[in-house]
Amino acid sequence: MHVEAAVSRVASADPLRRLFGGIGAMGWAEIRKLRHDNIDILTRSVQPLLWLFIFGTALRRNRALAGGFHDYRAYLAPGIMAQAALFIAIFFGLAVIWERDVGQLQRLLATPLPRLAIVLGKAGGAGIRALAQAVVLLVVLAATGISIQWTVGGVVGALVLLILATGGFACLSMILASLVRTRERFMGIGQMVMMPLFFASSALYPLSIMPSWLRVLAHGNPLTYEVHGMRQLLLGVHTGGTLWVDFVFVAAFLAVAAGVAAKTYPRAIL
Amino acid sequence: MSAVAVDGLVIRFGDVEAVRGISFTVDSGESFGLLGPNGAGKTTTIRVLTTLLRPTAGAASVDGHDVVSGGLAIRQLLGYIPQAISIDGALTARENLEFYARVTGVARAERRDRIDHAVTVMALGGFLDRLGRTLSGGMLRRLEIATALLNRPRILFLDEPTVGLDPTARRLVWERLEELRESAGTTLLVTTHQMEEAERQCDRIAIMDLGTIVAHGTPADLCEEYGVDTLDEVFTAATGRTIEEGGSFRDARRSRRLSRRLG
Repeated sequence: MHVEAAVSRVASADPLRRLFGGIGAMGWAEIRKLRHDNIDILTRSVQPLLWLFIFGTALRRNRALAGGFHDYRAYLAPGIMAQAALFIAIFFGLAVIWERDVGQLQRLLATPLPRLAIVLGKAGGAGIRALAQAVVLLVVLAATGISIQWTVGGVVGALVLLILATGGFACLSMILASLVRTRERFMGIGQMVMMPLFFASSALYPLSIMPSWLRVLAHGNPLTYEVHGMRQLLLGVHTGGTLWVDFVFVAAFLAVAAGVAAKTYPRAIL
Repeated sequence: MSAVAVDGLVIRFGDVEAVRGISFTVDSGESFGLLGPNGAGKTTTIRVLTTLLRPTAGAASVDGHDVVSGGLAIRQLLGYIPQAISIDGALTARENLEFYARVTGVARAERRDRIDHAVTVMALGGFLDRLGRTLSGGMLRRLEIATALLNRPRILFLDEPTVGLDPTARRLVWERLEELRESAGTTLLVTTHQMEEAERQCDRIAIMDLGTIVAHGTPADLCEEYGVDTLDEVFTAATGRTIEEGGSFRDARRSRRLSRRLG
């Protein structure tokens, strides 16, 4: 045991210790970057606030859109939080292409870090950014008196769900990046993936008002489960479906996306 | 045991054969140069040795570990500095050192000492708290070499270490590498297309062109063998071309973009 202590976790013979050591190192770097660029969180908060206060206010009294909930802005808030986090996550694929074009990716892949640790560390970075941004939005909600249920369990649960889903979308983005490999193509593909994910989810409107073909798509979309769970935790809205299903679906999405990303990620250097 | 042994290595990307059956060995503690124009297959060869690419055919080993079956063992003993910049511009110089110490497996208790030592050796004291993106080309290269020394690599792979640097920065980089080799016995495997630099800094070299090794030996032996005075002339004698003619659009774009960013 004393010998173990002299070796770092990344150099350890135990794969699990290497994995967690690697995730820790990658996550540490992401937090440091966020600290150097904390204005980023504020500028990125502008767009979700526009959705909330312009789109949301315009359609404020629309009962159908809010699934029967009395205030559409409150109903919209979890959806907009999830959407803003999705934007952050998609950006991580672009970062992979950037790191390939400079030499960081090659360098990282030539260290003892497990591939899965690199991918999960970056997913964690996306989750941390999403968390910081969600906190900004929650503060705005509190300050403007938009009525959500302020329970500790609800807020913490919603943020955990947000972090898991954002990590999953960051992995999805890294998979796309390792397939398309150039920034120009990735911009197009990123839009092509992101907007359908957003519209074929319950972020803006309930499943109940969707045409049936769209509802089928929405049922396979992790964003739907993310928003559904957050809405239940933050607003107490029950629209069918249970909370544990939301968590299981989102966690499974993260696990599968991370596993695939760890396989495709090294291809990005070619 | 050789530090590096490459035997009949072939690497194919689809229809393109980037490396066409090369063989060479690098002795422990040696400074070995892989020379040739852009597109000769130097970087591809380094990527196999650093376990980033799998060989299509043939075999390669580093410090006795096969690149396919012993990937992790190799990654634990090597230092690698790719041609493009591997410093994170959004982190400070100090944070880059800390990050690479962690990901290359330096124990927590030793990180401070190793980082302090690398800072002294590479003379980084003046800009430790500056963000990577604000550093000049010479500073970046020294910082990169410092980050690659933290795990005390037995073998250091350097891909075009002096590209885009002015002569002063270039000399400083080579002085530091030379000191490292003398003090720690680190084996250096360097790729370059600067023939006169290789002539000065490398014990032995292999000249690559279009995926094959066309000449192989000490710079002095090669000049004698071809009856010429410089390695540039050796290249011309061995291939019938001058070294500037090689390389693809993509290579040219990459190296120019790099020098622009470094400059």
